[in-house]
Amino acid sequence: MKYEPVIGLEVHVELNTKSKMFCRCSADYFGAKPNTHTCPVCLGLPGALPFANKQAIEDCMKIGLALNCEVSEISRFERKNYFYPDLAKGYQISQYRWPLTINGWLEVENQQGEIVTIRINRAHQEEDTGKLTHQDGVTLIDYNRSSVPLVEVVTEPDFHDTSEVRDYAKKLQQLFRYLGVSNADMERGDMRLEANVSVRPEGTKELPNYRVELKNINSFRFMVAAIEYEIKRQIEALEKGEKLNQETRGWDEDKKQTFVQRSKEEANDYRYFPDPDLPLIEFTIPEVDKIKSELPELPWQKLERFIEDYEISNSNAKILTEDRKTADLFEEAVKLGLEKQIKPQQIANLVVNQKIKLASQEDVLQILENIADKKVDLIEDEGELEKLAKEATEENQASVDAYKSGKKGALNVLLGSVMKKSKGKANTDKIRSILEEKLK
Amino acid sequence: MDSLKPKEFLKMNDITKLSLLDTLKALEENKFSKAELNEAYLQRIKELNPKLNAYLKVVEDLQGIPVAIKDIICTQNIETTAGSKILSNFIPQYNATVVNKLLEQGMGIIGKANMDEFAMGSSGENSAYGVTKNPWDLNKVPGGSSSGSAAAVAADLCVFALGTDTGGSIRQPASLCGVVGLKPSYGRVSRYGAMAMASSFDQIGPITKTVGDARKVLEWISGPDGFDSNCNEDRFKSKDLRFKNDLKGFRVGVPKEYFGKGLDSGVEKVIRKAISKLEELGSEIIEVSLPHTQYAVAVYYVLMASEVSSNQARFDGIRFGSKREDFGEEVKRRIMLGTFALSTGYYDDYFAKAAKVRNLMKQDFEKAFEKCDVIVGPVSPTVAWNLGEKMKDPLTMYLSDIYTISVNLAGIPGLSVPCGFSEGLPVGLQVLGKYMDEETILNVGEVYEQNTNWHEEKPKL
Repeated sequence: MKYEPVIGLEVHVELNTKSKMFCRCSADYFGAKPNTHTCPVCLGLPGALPFANKQAIEDCMKIGLALNCEVSEISRFERKNYFYPDLAKGYQISQYRWPLTINGWLEVENQQGEIVTIRINRAHQEEDTGKLTHQDGVTLIDYNRSSVPLVEVVTEPDFHDTSEVRDYAKKLQQLFRYLGVSNADMERGDMRLEANVSVRPEGTKELPNYRVELKNINSFRFMVAAIEYEIKRQIEALEKGEKLNQETRGWDEDKKQTFVQRSKEEANDYRYFPDPDLPLIEFTIPEVDKIKSELPELPWQKLERFIEDYEISNSNAKILTEDRKTADLFEEAVKLGLEKQIKPQQIANLVVNQKIKLASQEDVLQILENIADKKVDLIEDEGELEKLAKEATEENQASVDAYKSGKKGALNVLLGSVMKKSKGKANTDKIRSILEEKLK
Repeated sequence: MDSLKPKEFLKMNDITKLSLLDTLKALEENKFSKAELNEAYLQRIKELNPKLNAYLKVVEDLQGIPVAIKDIICTQNIETTAGSKILSNFIPQYNATVVNKLLEQGMGIIGKANMDEFAMGSSGENSAYGVTKNPWDLNKVPGGSSSGSAAAVAADLCVFALGTDTGGSIRQPASLCGVVGLKPSYGRVSRYGAMAMASSFDQIGPITKTVGDARKVLEWISGPDGFDSNCNEDRFKSKDLRFKNDLKGFRVGVPKEYFGKGLDSGVEKVIRKAISKLEELGSEIIEVSLPHTQYAVAVYYVLMASEVSSNQARFDGIRFGSKREDFGEEVKRRIMLGTFALSTGYYDDYFAKAAKVRNLMKQDFEKAFEKCDVIVGPVSPTVAWNLGEKMKDPLTMYLSDIYTISVNLAGIPGLSVPCGFSEGLPVGLQVLGKYMDEETILNVGEVYEQNTNWHEEKPKL
């Protein structure tokens, strides 16, 4: 029997607001001396009360709107009750029955390079917990992170391969940075991924009666590795006739395998209920429209516009729109280039081929100068490019095979090989179409 | 009094008997100093507190006008135990908003008042530090949970006190001790710094010797602080302190549901008489109905206990306080009840349903207030009962709050004004008003007070 993975993602992102979610402490705690960004509120001292940070709520709304969510007319903060030493109040202020934004979607690319739509259940507002450090047999608690604003973006179980997962996570990270709401740095814990993974016989539609939650994994790469390991493990178990359990697993990078962290029996009943300390969150339609109208051009919108307006390739456009600054400087270069009869494609090719980091105005001027002075000669000659492509395919048979079996990503290996051979001077757009033609 | 020289004034008057307004006036006229005022009160506390156990801690600060603060309200660098063993060593690092507001007005903290543990109780007997006695009869309960606050005001151990009211905890002990108690509208006063019992019900308010005093204190402590998100933007400012001395044009609603089974006949007689007095003073008496009153206790105990179960979770002994074993019986009972009501599979049947009925009760009041300006009735179905009498039966104890908890469910303001005696013990008249309309209930209360002498009666100690 063939099996199909069913994956849902939960992404937590810490917002970069000035103050914390429910108090006036600075939310910029990274590197600060432990317990210096604290007050009665984020320490959960008796008598202290939460006071909601309006900026954070607006940021959450921006994320939801960018992900095509509806903003709930009425939403509320709720308490998620559980005990953990890093949770000062004994409950986390979160959202459950009444999230701020719901029912969105995002398009991602699957392994075959096709576009699939991932439904987004919600983007809701909550607060972070403190941080535990275990050392020398004691556990230390730092409450600097306690009550820093968090947004949780939850998808429906719509992912079926890890390319989709990777693309989704990358797109979200890019979005958070475009919106300027978070640094979205995985290593610093600004952005955290959790995946729910199960498998079902291919062709069936109902959800499996179990799911494995993958948690506490702090890089895209490890998450993808953990999901792939899980898919394999689960299929093998089912094939052996074993029953799979609802559980939480972590990733052991040394052993390259997942391990059980918590089984279903230990699951919490969070006893959610509306937080009586906080009023309803209400927004009028004009208020929502205003926030919507203030959204910057989103990365995927910019990508499409670049392809359309500047007639550059999808892959070049992707690189140039990876972050807002690069995109802005590229556009500046294009504008200045027009006066010197330099085409956008020339600029794009040069930046991409030579991996130039566009960081300042000077970089822009330098590039234009180089192109104008013909200091850079891109290899445009079809014959020469053909030759490079031939060499690359001969030397990378495995990638050729992978590409032919549907893994479109393998093309990048071949492209990279050509670039290496040409010292970055091959015209990427041309070499790409030559390679694609060759591998048909 | 005005013509008396300071020395003569002190000789002629027991200054601990003065109301807040009279104390302020006398201080302004230099009849005595703040130090003399404090000394008089401290002397009285020294004599009487051992009998009454109204204070858990006495602070000898001679700077301000002596105020008792219920021990659930955080006072910086002064132990705040909430009447619980679990916080026996807890010293807050911050002042509650109300405390700061009082200090700004020249008030001083003379002591932390005893109370039922975490404000859970109606008799004062749930304190981990011993019961407070009723100044009118040391064998009787003072009511609760602001037991020490009410007893301290009744026994003239402070100029006024702050209490908290979640289901009647200001009004009921005020009634049982024969003093004035005001529960402001929910959101009128910032709750910041008052340890939460049930967050959607809790409200801080004054317990005073006169209605005028309560009006003054509310002006001082109300208003937003940027810490309590549910606090109303408007500070209470009394529009006209020179209101007329009758009740012509006032419509007084009397809910038939507040005069049924369970109401002690002696108390009923006193309340009926007080209502006649209101009529005599020119008001129109109108019968109103609050049809969902019978569900109040059930709804309150589901919602309150649910909030309690979550609010008490921070007492985990990690950052402050001792171990959870130190919680008293009543607190544990409510934590268990609330945890159950919020559990998966029960939420809809208990919490969600109770929340719906709460809305209906709010509407009951809104409808009733279309016909009247204030609603009056008893605060407590009985006068103060014997110490120990109801401790074995929590349900009977819960039913003693029957007339007060609907008010917290609806979030409206309520005042208890002394209106007579039954079996030699004080009875309070409850005056309820529209949401954020403390002005009207204070006006009705003050006119009533000025035309009766009940507030001048003092316990013989």
